[in-house]
Amino acid sequence: MPKIPVSFTVNGDPVEILVEPWQTLMDALRDELQLTGTKEGCSNGNCGACTIMLNGRAIDSCCMLAAEVEGEDVITIEGLAKGGELDPLQRAFIDYGALQCGFCIPGFLVSARAYLNTNPHPSEDEIRHAIAGNLCRCTGYDKIVRAIQHVAGTAN
Amino acid sequence: MKPFSFAGPKTLEEMNQVLAQASSHGEIRPIVGGTDLVDQVKSGRRTPSVIMDIKRIPEMNRLEWVPGEGLHLGAAVNCTDTAAFSPVIEGYTAIKESCELIGSIQIQNRASVVGNIANSAPSADAVPGMLVHEARVVIVGPAGRREVPLDDFFTGPGRNVLAPDEVILETIVPPAEDNSSSHYLRFIPRNEMDIAVAGVASFVALEPGSRNCTKVRISLASVAPTPVRAWAAEALLENKEITAELVREAGEKAVEASSPIDDVRGTAEYRKELVRVLTRRTLLMCMESLGQPLQVN
Repeated sequence: MPKIPVSFTVNGDPVEILVEPWQTLMDALRDELQLTGTKEGCSNGNCGACTIMLNGRAIDSCCMLAAEVEGEDVITIEGLAKGGELDPLQRAFIDYGALQCGFCIPGFLVSARAYLNTNPHPSEDEIRHAIAGNLCRCTGYDKIVRAIQHVAGTAN
Repeated sequence: MKPFSFAGPKTLEEMNQVLAQASSHGEIRPIVGGTDLVDQVKSGRRTPSVIMDIKRIPEMNRLEWVPGEGLHLGAAVNCTDTAAFSPVIEGYTAIKESCELIGSIQIQNRASVVGNIANSAPSADAVPGMLVHEARVVIVGPAGRREVPLDDFFTGPGRNVLAPDEVILETIVPPAEDNSSSHYLRFIPRNEMDIAVAGVASFVALEPGSRNCTKVRISLASVAPTPVRAWAAEALLENKEITAELVREAGEKAVEASSPIDDVRGTAEYRKELVRVLTRRTLLMCMESLGQPLQVN
């Protein structure tokens, strides 16, 4: 089976890679572009560890074929910091200690960034709903929610 | 994943050329959100030889309200865009509610209502709302175009009336009657991210300023080999003045339309109880939305 050329933008930069028809976008980001901040958890759309932004919206990159990404705009966890400055969410996650083993955190950060971009000042309930598609096996949700609330300016 | 080839037609003509190669069921699989399909292929539950991305075909992205015709909902329109579309918000509450509780935000941003229909799981959350709003499925392929009422679309778990060389182009949902309301509720053991143990959508139309019911539609998910209509419960309510007692009886009647199984998510007996409760609740929600709340003990 011949590989398929796909052109798209990742974190603002145009890229062109060759992918297998059955290669997921998650695998292509990790294996072809060495963007290993996007994690493989369940690989079936339950855990959100592979969350990226596709045209500004959070999606699970494990459920998308790389061949589908032609012409699209992708932001990964590596694209959150700008010009050496951490995204305020990244800063807050550090300040609040909002991580335990850390494996799920890139997905949480991308989900939270996509959500705050459309709803900058969500309530705690809205935040918990927005990150429901991200699982933390260490169950460290509370500090994650506090960190997002801090950036949203809606801390209790 | 078992190897397959990828097709990305940009027109219906190109799509038909791909579909013309199909000789057996499931050989060519359209992909929209991929949130069911990619996992099914990874796990070997489906083994297509071609996966065909239909999102580049303009007609598949139609999201339009046409007076007199209703809502055109293209196969490639995701749940997020469906739920945010003003005519859906105004006239098809059950469809909006189901789009907002499928999977996670990540899933809703990618998965489509039509994909949920085509996957044909008995538990499909987007289906009961489409059933109570009497959606029609527009099917296309090299042999031409045909329309099937959604009521006649499903033939079993994961199975439907699509021929090997057919795909869904769009669904058409007729305009809802004036003074009508619909709601969808499902039960899951946690608050988010689960598959329905049971789900119920109800639609109620009343004569203005009264509780006299002109039309009722009730549909059940996860309690039969396919999503089903609760015909007898509908007949019990139609052309009557709706009372709390009638709503209670409709809940009992709806159970008769179900034929649930015991599985890891719940027992058959539990599912029947859920049908009873969710039917009552969705009917009461419709009455409340129509400004005719009922007192229930």
